Amino acid sequence: MRLPDKGLIDRSKPVTFRFDGKAYSGFAGDTLASALLANGVKLMGRSFKYHRPRGVLTAGSEEPNALVEVLDEGQQTPNTRATTQEIFDGLAAKSQNRWPSLRWDAMAINDLAAPFLGAGFYYKTFMWPRAFWEGLYEPIIRRAAGLGKLLPKNDEATYEKAFAFCDLLVIGSGPTGLMAALTAARSGASVILAEEDHLMGGRLLADDQKINAAPAMDWVVATLAELQSLSNVRLMTRTTVIGAYDQGTFGALERVGLHVPHRPDLPRECFWRIAAGQAILASGALERPIAFQNNDRPGILLASAAQTYLNRYGVAAGTRVTLFANNDNARRVARQLLAAGVKVAAILDSRPDASALEDCPVYLNAAITGTKGRLGLTSITGHHADGDFQIETDCLLMSGGWNPLLHLTCHQNGRPIWRDDIAAFVPKPGMIPGLTAAGAATGQFSTAACLAAGRDAAQTALGKTAEMALPQAEDTPYTLTALWNVPGKGRAWLDFANDVTVKDVQLSVQEGFSSVEHMKRYTTQGMAPDQGKNSSVGALAVLADATGRGIPETGTTTFRPPYVPVSIAALGAGARGHGFAPQRFLTSDQASRDRGAPMIEAGLWYRPSYFPKPGEKTWREACDREVNMVRAAVGIADVSTLGKIDIQGTDAARFLDLVYTGTFSTLPVGRVRYGLMLREDGFVMDDGTTARLGENHYLMTTTTAAAGQVMRHLDFVHQAYCPAYDLRFISVTESWAQFAVAGPKARALLNSILDAPLADFSFMSCGVAAVKGVTARLFRISFSGEEGYEIAVPTSYGESLFRDLLARAETLGGGPYGMEALNVLRIEKGLITHAEIHGRVTAFDIGAQKMIGKKDCIGKASSQRPGLFGPEREQLVGLRPVSDKQIGAGAHLFNPGDAVIRANDQGYVTSVCYSPTLRGYLGLAFLKDGRARHGQRIRLVDHMRENDVICEICDPVFHDAEGAKLRA
Amino acid sequence: MPELIAKTALSGQSVNYHGTTLAEADLGQITSIAVFPGKLKTAATALGQPFPKPNSFSTKSGILCWTGPDQAFLIGTPIPDLTGIAATTDQSGGWAAVRLSGPQAANALMRLVPLDLNQFKPGQSARTPLGHMNMVLLREKDGFLLLVFRSMARTAWSEIETALKSLAARAAL
Repeated sequence: MRLPDKGLIDRSKPVTFRFDGKAYSGFAGDTLASALLANGVKLMGRSFKYHRPRGVLTAGSEEPNALVEVLDEGQQTPNTRATTQEIFDGLAAKSQNRWPSLRWDAMAINDLAAPFLGAGFYYKTFMWPRAFWEGLYEPIIRRAAGLGKLLPKNDEATYEKAFAFCDLLVIGSGPTGLMAALTAARSGASVILAEEDHLMGGRLLADDQKINAAPAMDWVVATLAELQSLSNVRLMTRTTVIGAYDQGTFGALERVGLHVPHRPDLPRECFWRIAAGQAILASGALERPIAFQNNDRPGILLASAAQTYLNRYGVAAGTRVTLFANNDNARRVARQLLAAGVKVAAILDSRPDASALEDCPVYLNAAITGTKGRLGLTSITGHHADGDFQIETDCLLMSGGWNPLLHLTCHQNGRPIWRDDIAAFVPKPGMIPGLTAAGAATGQFSTAACLAAGRDAAQTALGKTAEMALPQAEDTPYTLTALWNVPGKGRAWLDFANDVTVKDVQLSVQEGFSSVEHMKRYTTQGMAPDQGKNSSVGALAVLADATGRGIPETGTTTFRPPYVPVSIAALGAGARGHGFAPQRFLTSDQASRDRGAPMIEAGLWYRPSYFPKPGEKTWREACDREVNMVRAAVGIADVSTLGKIDIQGTDAARFLDLVYTGTFSTLPVGRVRYGLMLREDGFVMDDGTTARLGENHYLMTTTTAAAGQVMRHLDFVHQAYCPAYDLRFISVTESWAQFAVAGPKARALLNSILDAPLADFSFMSCGVAAVKGVTARLFRISFSGEEGYEIAVPTSYGESLFRDLLARAETLGGGPYGMEALNVLRIEKGLITHAEIHGRVTAFDIGAQKMIGKKDCIGKASSQRPGLFGPEREQLVGLRPVSDKQIGAGAHLFNPGDAVIRANDQGYVTSVCYSPTLRGYLGLAFLKDGRARHGQRIRLVDHMRENDVICEICDPVFHDAEGAKLRA
Repeated sequence: MPELIAKTALSGQSVNYHGTTLAEADLGQITSIAVFPGKLKTAATALGQPFPKPNSFSTKSGILCWTGPDQAFLIGTPIPDLTGIAATTDQSGGWAAVRLSGPQAANALMRLVPLDLNQFKPGQSARTPLGHMNMVLLREKDGFLLLVFRSMARTAWSEIETALKSLAARAAL
């Protein structure tokens, strides 16, 4: 029910929204919960397990009951707390975890079966048969017990991640936080003030207080105006700090666009990583409920929540209100309700010695033992100093005292300490380096104390001692007598979110789960979206009572980030689809796409798979044609993705001798040599060619796959083993566009484009050339087995050269070839890639043991360890099926006649192709003692493709073993 | 006979969101100068200016920007003869360069760069990630100059533009 003239809502801006299909109206500034309450809607959800009708319990992000699904364009966000969702025109929300409707929920049958459904019921009942758990029991239970639903589709909305930095991060904007921020801001420090709510002010927004003898909101407004005017202050509303991480880093979730209708480009949420020199935790405290029979009916809420609805939203939570409290603080709420004209039927104070003087009936030594009203509270029963009572009431406010919000202080494994006087845990100093808790977060509950604590904390954090006057504010002491639960029959809820009752905790102890961590897992207390914010201390107090230990000895469960639920979409913002990793494009990319080439990913690179011609129906047809084209005429392939490292210095040669198995110091200038690089453990890391461009100047090439790894390795070797070498190297992968020109007509093609025709340029030569005046590098190397060249020009000219080369090649019966053809060409020639040197093979395995020379090199000693060479090793061989059956990579090899079992495994196939040159399938494989078995037969079994083929073992070089074409 | 045409990575494109501009920059020649051990002073003499300190650059002649231990990029001007003093390597086509300037430049970049760029002063530079990419970042008088691997130019552009769009959408709230 809306009250006139109260609250911080904008009554000039009415807002229409829908809940469960029905239209309601509220005002700008309302949350979904406050607007529903204003419309007299108390029933907002169903409980997790028993499907009990529930109303709102709190007015903040800790809400356990009023969880709803918010419907947005193509979105359905479950478990949204109605207490934090701001309303806007067109907002549509619906209740969750109910069927067919919120008022009539068929699964409420669970509530009748409650005597059987206590904690541990599922574990005990669905133990047997074991196999039924995953397939049958769990899906059924999951459907019955639960939260909101996700749409079964990708979240396509916009999310964002960002970084922020400050000298001081102030978490929370109540009196403590505002005062801390103001103190720090005036000292000139850079300040971030993060507030979960959409308004700054914290508890002052909800309480009708005075500061400096004026309404507290005047001070809040003036303080915010000053903070806003300062360039060193950043005010972040709707931003929840969710975790305290190492070295002053905090995670925070900002609700950017959840309070307005969907807009393109506007992120729904932003995940912030805030690096703070110092931090002040001014998160305040949460009021806690009291457990008594049926304390979960719609209409029963926390006194502080009713106070928020009253003062902030101008909403009376009921028409005839009662309070049940164990502290003086709750009296303020009663007085404010009375002042606003709301009828207060009674204050039930659990303490025998409290004051009975109020403008409404006060009963001392009171306890509530029962409540009535299925979809909304109608009456309560209990006893007090004068005997039993029954009171007609539609709204009961609970106040069991306050728990400091110390979660963040525990995120690095610190444990809080117990304070008997306030019956609550408080943080110890120093639990998070650089973070100081202050104000209500440390158990200081008066506004005056909080203002002082905020100022002092900022001054201490920044080491500043500048004078800062404190505003005048209330300083009433906070007194309470702990009351956790009213003993008696029936179910008394501790954890509203996960339907955990006092009995469940007691049962947990009976069953032997008496440590707090065991109790949590046995009962699921504290495991719901609210993470036990409303229930943890109450539950462990009941646990302490049941075990006979004290609360401090019982301890708390572990507080872990995040403080509030964080959507995975926010954590992974920007990483959907192509955002997952950078895309690397060749200079020839557009030219290849223009020719219809499908692109495949090679690492981060996009490379053309094949270049289809009209009439070609499959990739194989294009691939076969391209292979034949290279073997008969000339083919062009962009090989710029290979790693290129420019190495200079008088010790460059020494360095290469160290990292390569072969000797590069003897390589003449103008020549290229193939090199094999080992890891320190003696296994093959990478291979490639290195050219000597000058006396002290080399150019190393690596495979595409290992370009980064090799660069890292070289840096490590240089810095760790030979830092004094006269040596410098840098990646030039991106600086040169390089194209393979291969085939019998390669030379003719090059001569048509080079400014001067090729003179004597034998196999494994390198040199400088010019193309239309542009300096190019030319290498005579081959990955195809044909007469092959690679021509490199500065990257800016790459596309132009590629298009030119293609056009010229086509006049010679040639053209571009893609990765498929490139793969066939190299398999025919028995050349390896990382399909073969996959990290578990040695130089011996690939038949390159002779490449490890007399000189020492990295990996040499390790490669000579027993077990890394010899007949027991799987060695590189070629395979040719004896029939024309297709074979596939990944298949395993068995001796014909042997049973196909793991113990008989002889090896595996790494690469396979159809060779148009040899008109049959070829495979490269690693086979035990393979080199000694050429000419024998082996059985290839491919379980995945259900293939079983007899193959002949042969040399891995299938085509032109003498290299006559290569050297032509 | 047709000429070989040089192309930049981003075809000279530019966008503007509420006064914050992202535009490709053509930096001309970029040369890596990696000074051989013990030759820093000789190199400074040959260059006619001090070798830049880590995370800084000077604009005395072109741009001379620190890019690693004993390594700097000389941008926009030919290099003097440094034979025997430093390993020089042409990097001109290997980097895509964009300039980002305007009121939201730092905020946009701080979606992607884990540095406090509001405190970044002209003359400061950093080798730092841009999202998942390697970057050389320079704070010039009027904004930021970013160098990323040429092959990744489109991703870099798209990520920065996304940040600009998001900030524009926030501003419209």
